[in-house]
Amino acid sequence: MGPNGAGKSTLINTLLGFHAPASGTARIFGTDIHEAKALRRHIGYMPETDAFISHMSGVRFVRYMAELAGLPPEPALERAHEAFFYVGLGEARYRKLGSYSLGMKQLAKLAQAIAHGPRLLLLDEPTNGLDPPARQRMIRLIREIREVEGMYVLISSHLLRDVEETCEEVLILKDGRIAAYSDLEAERRSNRRFVELETVGTSPSFTSAVQGLGCECAFYPNGQGVERVKLVLPETTSMRELFRLAAQHDVQIRRMNYRRDSLEDIFLAAMKENGGRVGRL
Amino acid sequence: MAVYKRSYRPYQGPLTSERWRFLVVPRYALQELVESRVLMAFVVMCLFPFLAEAAGIYVANSEAARALLRISGNPDPMRTEFFAAALTWQGTLAFILTSWVAPVLVSPDLVNGALPLYLSRPFSRTEYLLGKAIALLVLLSLVTWVPGLTLFALQAGLAESGWFWSHLRVAWATFLGAWIWISVLTLLGLALSAWIRWRLVASTALFGVFFMGSAFGEVWREVLRDPWGRLANLPYLIGVVWIDLFGIVPVPEVAREVQAFGELPTWAAWAGLLATCVFCLWLLDKRLRAREVVS
Repeated sequence: MGPNGAGKSTLINTLLGFHAPASGTARIFGTDIHEAKALRRHIGYMPETDAFISHMSGVRFVRYMAELAGLPPEPALERAHEAFFYVGLGEARYRKLGSYSLGMKQLAKLAQAIAHGPRLLLLDEPTNGLDPPARQRMIRLIREIREVEGMYVLISSHLLRDVEETCEEVLILKDGRIAAYSDLEAERRSNRRFVELETVGTSPSFTSAVQGLGCECAFYPNGQGVERVKLVLPETTSMRELFRLAAQHDVQIRRMNYRRDSLEDIFLAAMKENGGRVGRL
Repeated sequence: MAVYKRSYRPYQGPLTSERWRFLVVPRYALQELVESRVLMAFVVMCLFPFLAEAAGIYVANSEAARALLRISGNPDPMRTEFFAAALTWQGTLAFILTSWVAPVLVSPDLVNGALPLYLSRPFSRTEYLLGKAIALLVLLSLVTWVPGLTLFALQAGLAESGWFWSHLRVAWATFLGAWIWISVLTLLGLALSAWIRWRLVASTALFGVFFMGSAFGEVWREVLRDPWGRLANLPYLIGVVWIDLFGIVPVPEVAREVQAFGELPTWAAWAGLLATCVFCLWLLDKRLRAREVVS
């Protein structure tokens, strides 16, 4: 993750062997990136910019790319069809790529990246130019692919929300250097005890009961019968206790959030920090 | 897995041999070219001169055919010049075919940025270039050395025994001469298409290189009375090489002209064509990259 010009795409291009590294080393699955050809066998790449052959039909294009990745013609055709159905373009697979909308082109790029069954998927700005439903679909697909055993996804993006929804770890780049690293999963786990509630019908007895659990809490009434409650649960108290107390005191819990440092906070802090001197790429 | 089962799964089946994987590119390219009826019609048209020449060979060797056509006198024996002229015709058609096909092969990949997708696979730039070149070479072979050698075989079959061995140089010159020409055309066509990207402009540029180069060479020769400007004249250079390969002696008018203006030595024509190929490879090396680096 990083602002425009931070070096996100350059990093991906270097990992793919498109640019020779000026110095340093990098390994993917234990193989040095100088052995680019051997590495690319395991990689699926979805570039940021347009990448298609406009006069080819979608399925032919993906089959072609799968064959170049080493699949024999028949399995390549089969997987091209599967990939198109998987990304939701099944009905459009015989149309020429030049006639696709921007969102469809993004999905076609994803189809060609996964058709040959790579172990590592490099996605460069995968939600660029997508409308909200298409973006949601892309995010869902990425999360599904990520869940497959032995599959790794590396996403380059400047959209915090995309990263937050799809990634477990974040590397923030600035001016070609590592500005910050964040293990989002660990962050989520460590902040699990900070809870934010939105309630209706809060009574003093409920307040006392919650405090009786040993929670540190603060109540923020908004004057319309809805209250916002921020609390820190002790280690020994489970979330179920809160629901039990709410039921006992006839309080409705309308919303419950784990409050944690948002990725935006982490990102902004990294951008402010001494010119991104945390590490080198 | 059936297509309706919409879930991702890694591929665990067999893979094709890496050594021959580049042949996927010409296979797809040729399939697309064959689908173009206009192009196929043109390829067939390119064989019309060959059919006429084949008919000429048959008539020259068949008394019955000559009698039927009421051609009197002794037949003109099939000379080396006949095969050189046939190659010149086919070479011209090969040039037109290149200006049509080369941009079709390369431009679509570059216009919409598909090259990074090729090169993000276990597939090198050399293999990409080789694949595209093979597609073009196959087509150009169909209209150059294949008909050329067929004419030679036809003549050898119809002529008296001993003709084959006494004219073996013709076969060799046809084959090698055609390959040199189609190699130059292929590299030039691909290099221009890679740099220009727009199909029509790339085709026009190929014509420009040939006609402007020829015009430049001839103007230089006329004005400065110096033959070296002809190094820019590719049709002339290949002509010199073909004359060398076929071992043809210039006719008296040409010989007089050579005496007046001086002529490029044969080695210079070979070097000129070689330099053109090297320059085209350099252009391709600069252009066929997954990403451009802006310094």
